[in-house]
Amino acid sequence: MKLLQSPAVRVGLSISIATGLYGISFGALGVTSGLDFWQTMALSLLLFSGGSQFAFIGVVAGGGSGVAAMGAATLLGMRNGIYGMQLNALLQPRGWRKYAAAHVTIDESTATSTGQTDPDEQKRGFWTAGIGIFVLWNIFTAVGALAGSALGDPKQWGLDGAAVAAFLGLLWPRLKGREPVAIAVVCALATVLAVPFVPAGVPILIAAFVAAAIGWFSHGRSDEGLEPDVDPYAEHHQHPRQGPAAEEAGR
Amino acid sequence: MSLWMWLLLACLLGYAWKLLGYLVPATLLRNPRMSRIAGTMTIGLLASLTIVNAVASGQSLALDARMGALAAAGIALWLRAPFLVVVLAGAGAAAGLRLLGWS
Repeated sequence: MKLLQSPAVRVGLSISIATGLYGISFGALGVTSGLDFWQTMALSLLLFSGGSQFAFIGVVAGGGSGVAAMGAATLLGMRNGIYGMQLNALLQPRGWRKYAAAHVTIDESTATSTGQTDPDEQKRGFWTAGIGIFVLWNIFTAVGALAGSALGDPKQWGLDGAAVAAFLGLLWPRLKGREPVAIAVVCALATVLAVPFVPAGVPILIAAFVAAAIGWFSHGRSDEGLEPDVDPYAEHHQHPRQGPAAEEAGR
Repeated sequence: MSLWMWLLLACLLGYAWKLLGYLVPATLLRNPRMSRIAGTMTIGLLASLTIVNAVASGQSLALDARMGALAAAGIALWLRAPFLVVVLAGAGAAAGLRLLGWS
């Protein structure tokens, strides 16, 4: 049981449980958004990135097209590419491990890994959180999807309200400081203004381009918005996260 | 069938982003602009998805029980409730307001 004495493994396991559990809400919202059980499962098994998965079903639930859903999910997945670059430099996986590591590269596994300083601990943290979340997230997605399809009228149970709350819950940890709040407000306004004029789903893509333009032209922290939904080290630091991106920007 | 196609394409592109990070040379990591755009876009998309799900109904805007869900979720987050509690607060508020007769 030596492995359980590793702080990174312990953090990885607790983050797996916390994150995996909210797969229930994804599963339930997936089947009530109009996807069937296997489509919901395919998102958790193959897309495996909370924000992108919620984005896909959020667009479909709002009556958006499959293309718009794919667009929103893909744009939200861009940050995983940034995490991949950080983790590749940090863990240097070889051969097939590189391809496996890529699949479990998400907010939480990255945060668990970059929160450690010892290279072995960084590896243990990444794989524990990555595999742990993958397994639990998929189990609980299935549980939620089965429960969701047994519920009957989703509106009666407030599941449309649950979707709103889920998105706010994903956004919230990223609103640290004045600038991210301003970006969120501007993008929300742009969305509301666009809704009456363009097909459903498209306002979300317009907001993405507004946000990208802000990122291109402004000069804030380079890791802004790259916070995990569930912070593995929440009790250890009240100050901003010191990931590789933050260090990189300081050089 | 068409939704399946877009869904699988989204999965493929999602994995492509992740893998790209492992395959491109690390020098690109030193471009803070890319990393900033990934971050601001995450914030913008999540803000947009929040508001769309709260007030849009197709191509029109509606103030209904979902606003109550938004407020309840905001309060729960303010009180540092865990994610699942936040989601339940949103569902409870929307369902409760409907019971009281507010669409």
